[in-house]
Amino acid sequence: MQTFSFDPVEMPPAAAKLRLEVRQFLTEHNAKRSALDRSQSWSGTDPEFSRKMGEAGLIGMVWPKKYGGHERTSFERYVMLEEMLVAGAPVAAHWIADRQSGPLLLRFGTEEQRQKYLPHVAAGKMFFCIGMSEPDSGSDLASVRSRAVKVDGGYRITGRKIWTSGAHTAHVMLGLFRTGANPDGRQEGLTQFLIDLRTVDGTDLKAKNNILVRPIRSLLGEYHFNEVVFEDSFVPDSAVVGKADNGWSQVMSELAFERSGPERYLSCIQLILEMIRELAINPTPAGLAAVGRLVAHLSTLRQMSVSVAAKLNAGLDPALEGSIVKDLGAVFEQETPTIAQAIFNVEPRTGKDASNLEQVLAFLMQNSVSYSMRGGTREILRGIIARGLGLR
Amino acid sequence: MSDISKMLGDTVNRLFSDRVTPELLTAAEEGVWPGALWKAVEEAGLTLPLVSEQRGGVGCDWLDARVVLHGAGQYAAPIPLAETILAGWLLDRAGIEPPMGPMSIACAAPGAGLHLFRDADGWRLDGVCPRVPWGDAAAHLVVVEEAEGAVRVALVARGDYHAEPGLNMAREPRDIVRFENAPAAACNMAAGLPANAVTLYGALIRSVQIGGALERTLQESVKYANDRIQFGKPIGKFQAVQQSLAQLADEVAACGAAGTAACAAVDKSLHSNNSADVWLRIAAAKARTGEGAGRGASIAHQTHGAFGFTYEHVLHFATRRLWSWRAEFGTGDVWAAELGSRVVEIGADNLWETMTATD
Ligand SMILES: Cc1cc2nc3c(=O)[nH]c(=O)nc-3n(C[C@H](O)[C@H](O)[C@H](O)COP(=O)(O)OP(=O)(O)OC[C@H]3O[C@@H](n4cnc5c(N)ncnc54)[C@H](O)[C@@H]3O)c2cc1C
Repeated sequence: MQTFSFDPVEMPPAAAKLRLEVRQFLTEHNAKRSALDRSQSWSGTDPEFSRKMGEAGLIGMVWPKKYGGHERTSFERYVMLEEMLVAGAPVAAHWIADRQSGPLLLRFGTEEQRQKYLPHVAAGKMFFCIGMSEPDSGSDLASVRSRAVKVDGGYRITGRKIWTSGAHTAHVMLGLFRTGANPDGRQEGLTQFLIDLRTVDGTDLKAKNNILVRPIRSLLGEYHFNEVVFEDSFVPDSAVVGKADNGWSQVMSELAFERSGPERYLSCIQLILEMIRELAINPTPAGLAAVGRLVAHLSTLRQMSVSVAAKLNAGLDPALEGSIVKDLGAVFEQETPTIAQAIFNVEPRTGKDASNLEQVLAFLMQNSVSYSMRGGTREILRGIIARGLGLR
Repeated sequence: MSDISKMLGDTVNRLFSDRVTPELLTAAEEGVWPGALWKAVEEAGLTLPLVSEQRGGVGCDWLDARVVLHGAGQYAAPIPLAETILAGWLLDRAGIEPPMGPMSIACAAPGAGLHLFRDADGWRLDGVCPRVPWGDAAAHLVVVEEAEGAVRVALVARGDYHAEPGLNMAREPRDIVRFENAPAAACNMAAGLPANAVTLYGALIRSVQIGGALERTLQESVKYANDRIQFGKPIGKFQAVQQSLAQLADEVAACGAAGTAACAAVDKSLHSNNSADVWLRIAAAKARTGEGAGRGASIAHQTHGAFGFTYEHVLHFATRRLWSWRAEFGTGDVWAAELGSRVVEIGADNLWETMTATD
């Protein structure tokens, strides 16, 4: 049985200082956002806001300066993230590039790729999306079938990616394609590519290259993710990330950045805040007990998540701890709307005459079902934990 | 983890895994005081980790002592080790040198109080404390009360109070203690301690012990799931069993982290005097562990089938303690309700600032 630990962490003084700077930034640039908009959390998109964050040095915070980064500690970055989430700031546009694509390029990318992408990402002007999932490949990611065939000077890509968050606003897709000779190669023979989705001088490079981005409406009626279809689309050799046929292990290292961040337990914070506001006006014993319990969970999850962040920072591989945080975080986030409804006896609804509580409740009740899917399903995470326990 | 907590952890594991046998636990439940175990624990220097060196202790902090509290829970050690550790710390805070031997802590029923007063030769105590852990077996009790406008810590020797034996559901001694004009062997003001220190820090030691006992249920469950064969394979190979044990691991992790965070908060407060944060973290820890105790115990029992329902199997030594401890020094629900009130007082706009103030 693998042991797991969540040691307490002493944040460096720079983190506290940065927290105040971020709060100041948010007062300036996020004060007017409505409660409903805030509840979108890290799926709220505003490229203009991303650009302002870039100007303020809040993207690529831990990257080397020569790539537009700011060489700050990962604790400072952590503090920035949680302040953004608690304020309900619209961070979605640059989120994926900042969280995983940038770090991936730093680790596996060529010097040319780093120079080409990272400074623009850090400036809040270049957004990424992740093309891993396919219609027939969800949890079983190693079964992806979209192919990239070697041709002179590059590859020709054919296939379909699905659930691609933000493909409609992103400039680049980091896509996973099968390059190996064996079509059933599973984990062998997968390669990651940087695929250009930009529109340059009025020319849509996607259309030119037979790439079709089709929005998929979520159950909320909103456009968040997409289907992306490739038909004989060309990518140059320089678009290969890391080693050809080595995509699987690269993708796995990427997922480690994904699982234990503050976004894994703060997605419903706006609802908790609305509950506290409501209780300040009309405190009921059941309401106080329920909110107290939620805050006990919140505070515990934060300790756990910060502790995992410290391990990542120290170069350790806390895959087990990260899965635990994400599993517990999603359960917590998903139970919050039901609890809120029970203690206030309100209907989740939108519309002009709905209260903030009702609107936030409506948004999160619908959106939170996806929290145990995105970034690894509950069952898959629990499988990882069970493996850590020595059961598999 | 610091060197000292590693050392304490090794000592705890070695000593308890050798000595806290099912036979010893059974005898303790039948009323036999495990004197040899106590002596070994005392000789190994585990009883006064939080007492400063100048007063005969080890002088480490709560994060280090946490390892001993966790171990006491994990092995279900049937001695007042956690209570002695807390009693020693309270005495140390008041500048009183702790005596050797088992100690415990006592407080009046919620809402009631003790009467601590001064007479010609020192301080005396009147009042009743229900459910004092090892009240009868302890050599000394420690109480915290407000008197003459200050919070004071008092030490009372076993000969100076009456104890009426009782038990909790885990058959650990929980005795009714009566102080009748009882002389305090020592009594001093303790700056920085709240009047409800016994309840508050009692909730802390139980939270950490719950984390330990939960870890034990996980160890037992994983072992059992790998050994028990049904349908031709170990039951741990069934995905349904794996998924529920992963949830048990979640609870172990969260409850352990909640207790650890509270210990860290106490250590920090001693340097910064931010006692508000201590209260918040302990309230959160007891609320969180109170919930996890129940969820964890039920998964562990489900995994063990009928074997886990026998007295023969050791699982119940952990699970009956979980069910008892989650109620002691305030149920998780009581702490959650108080935490909720405090959070509403703090207000939505200041909650996050408060939660991050002591990073
Ligand atoms: C909001 C949202 C955004 C997303 N964004 C992206 C993105 O940007 N890029 C991207 O590539 N993907 C994205 N995804 C896809 C996401 O990664 C997948 O949803 C996830 O990997 C699960 O795949 P699936 O939905 O096909 O479910 P499936 O894998 O089909 O699973 C369905 C159910 O079966 C269970 N199941 C599957 N296999 C097992 C097993 N072995 N044992 C037990 N149970 C099992 C699952 O746990 C789940 O409950 C997004 C998803 C959502 C909801």
